[in-house]
Amino acid sequence: MKRNRIPQFFIIVGAFLLLLAVVLMLDNVPGVPVMLLIVLRKGAIYALVAVSMNILNGFTGLFSLGQAGFMLLGAYTYAILTVPVENQALVYQRYPNGGIGFSVTESLGRVLGQPGLLLGVIICLILGGIVAGVFAYLIGLPVLRLKSDYLAIATLGFAEIIRAVVQYEKLGPITNGSNLLSNFTNFSNFHLGSLKLDTVMPFVFAGVCIWVITLIINSTYGRAFKAIRDDEVAAEAMGINLANHKRMSFIISSFFAGISGAMLAMYQASVQATIFKAAMTYEILLIVVLGGIGSISGSIIAAFLFVGSSEWWLRFLDNTTVLPNFNAKLLFAIIFAAIVVSIVFLVVYRQNKAQKSRPEAVGRGRKILSLKLSGVITLVVGTLLLLGDLRFLISPDLQVPLLRSGFRMVVFSIIVMIVVLFFSRGLMGDRELPDLFRTRHKRL
Amino acid sequence: MLKIENLHVSYGGIRALRGISLEVPDGKIVTLIGANGAGKSTMLRTITGLVKAESGSIRWNDHELLGQPTDRIIGTGIAMCPEGRRVFADLTVLENLKIGAYLRKDRAGIQEDLQSVYDLFPRLKERVWQMAGTLSGGEQQMLTVGRALMSRPQLLLLDEPSLGLAPLVVQDIFSIIKKINKQGTTLLLIEQNANMALRTADLAYVLETGNITMFGTGADLLADEKVKEAYLGKHKN
Ligand SMILES: Nc1ncnc2c1ncn2[C@@H]1O[C@H](COP(=O)(O)OP(=O)(O)OP(=O)(O)O)[C@@H](O)[C@H]1O
Ligand SMILES: [Mg+2]
Repeated sequence: MKRNRIPQFFIIVGAFLLLLAVVLMLDNVPGVPVMLLIVLRKGAIYALVAVSMNILNGFTGLFSLGQAGFMLLGAYTYAILTVPVENQALVYQRYPNGGIGFSVTESLGRVLGQPGLLLGVIICLILGGIVAGVFAYLIGLPVLRLKSDYLAIATLGFAEIIRAVVQYEKLGPITNGSNLLSNFTNFSNFHLGSLKLDTVMPFVFAGVCIWVITLIINSTYGRAFKAIRDDEVAAEAMGINLANHKRMSFIISSFFAGISGAMLAMYQASVQATIFKAAMTYEILLIVVLGGIGSISGSIIAAFLFVGSSEWWLRFLDNTTVLPNFNAKLLFAIIFAAIVVSIVFLVVYRQNKAQKSRPEAVGRGRKILSLKLSGVITLVVGTLLLLGDLRFLISPDLQVPLLRSGFRMVVFSIIVMIVVLFFSRGLMGDRELPDLFRTRHKRL
Repeated sequence: MLKIENLHVSYGGIRALRGISLEVPDGKIVTLIGANGAGKSTMLRTITGLVKAESGSIRWNDHELLGQPTDRIIGTGIAMCPEGRRVFADLTVLENLKIGAYLRKDRAGIQEDLQSVYDLFPRLKERVWQMAGTLSGGEQQMLTVGRALMSRPQLLLLDEPSLGLAPLVVQDIFSIIKKINKQGTTLLLIEQNANMALRTADLAYVLETGNITMFGTGADLLADEKVKEAYLGKHKN
């Protein structure tokens, strides 16, 4: 293994550079669909945050749902530090003398030009990560004592609290309360000659961060995380200090979530606390589960697939489409009912089977938990939709929409359920991309 | 030398150990036998700090271990094989072994010990890339012993290493235990297989519902009528 590590390193670096070249070209060639660029940009950012979540959920076995909160901390830290001084009065309209009175990127940019601006961005991204990491450190000690489900609830609560605190009136002069922060340094401020770098930059930043995460995961430290995931007691008996390692994993995960939040702010060119809702954490969790819990490349692939679907390919599901006549409506309702009933049936069946089989086979609490969760979600979503669509039997002239706003999320939920039920290891399981080429070699 | 004195341990009101005193002299194999629920595993967990004691003392080479955190205790040269083949299922055999050496910094020494573990368990060497969770029960047991050895311990605590293994493999495990001891490691061995344990051990203690009721050399206890009846499944006739 040692021997082929070096060529593998060069292959990966080479492939990444090639990817950057392609991305740079797409960004600057006329005629490339805007949607594609959007998907690439947001996909890179989501890939980073999904990988950061995977550090905790996939590699350390801690089920945490605080990602959106840490992203918010990173995004706000970045935005507050980089709004140029002359724009601060405009941005903080509602707060006279709002803003911090300086801008890291602007100051550095004035002295050093583009490189200074870039340096400022990097410093502020890292500061965003550090602020998120410091919060993780502070809440880590009480929160990480909790066992799986409770930890998830506590971190979710933390994220909601952060979101509320940031919007608190008294903090307005710094956070701008519940108003938008905008006009700060973002990706479109950078050019290479006449080339736009809007898409390349998120790729470079996310790429470097993910590379660092990979190094951590493959270090002795990362191995200790995985040991904790597999068996806490045995890990402790090997001399691994559980509290320290869990907290370290939590801090690292939050640090990179913070950076990705700051990148999201850059990508959007504005930031508002309201977008960092629990729904965002669920999206990220979905990416992690789809990609495979414990697979970095899985998270990356799933991030682009998810962003592609939700922003582009599945958009049409949200356009209202109405069924023409009574028979079509009836047929639709029957098919729909059949689908819902069979999914519920499958969930119940699988759950029973999982509980009956040998205890060690289902020792992973999270599998059972996700089964239960998906069961409840199916029942609720299914029943509501079914009731809604069966109303037309009472009043035949009622419009029955085949597709309507929000339907996209329903399709996503169904995809997740199918993945959880039938491909519970996700796209990649816990393997990585290079493993796919190596498995045969390894078995022999 | 490990010297335990008047050790009391309770699990929220349930008294698991009720004033245990025992000694594990350097270089010896000491075994602790007793019925299910007697408190044997509790004893090992208390030594390694996984369970907190109420009172008593555990002295190891002039350190007091009680009240120390587990990583500190492991750092003083004690290693434990927990009960029930607790391998890290989603890590490879090699990674499992490396975790065993987690607190060590000497790369060269770790490589050496990896070799000596492979010498003891050639089966593991063939399977370095296999996920530990897919090993057979016996192989997993070998892995937990090998993993514990990777910290190069002075004192190795083994909790039922022969549990659920075929008779031939049990013999293998016990001959390896002797080999480990010959290489200079002190062993405290917990066993259900009292026959094999008493044959292998230099000293033996019998634990009954939280109290030590008998003590002697392995051969002494093997010959004792009460032990024969209660633990060796042989009746007086
Ligand atoms: N975490 C715990 N909480 C409450 N009681 C416990 C706990 N762990 C062990 N006990 C109890 O303490 C007593 C001793 O348990 P211990 O595991 O030490 O037994 P043992 O001698 O190792 O038995 P076996 O041979 O079956 O492994 C038992 O009565 C057990 O039920
Ligand atoms: Mg036991």
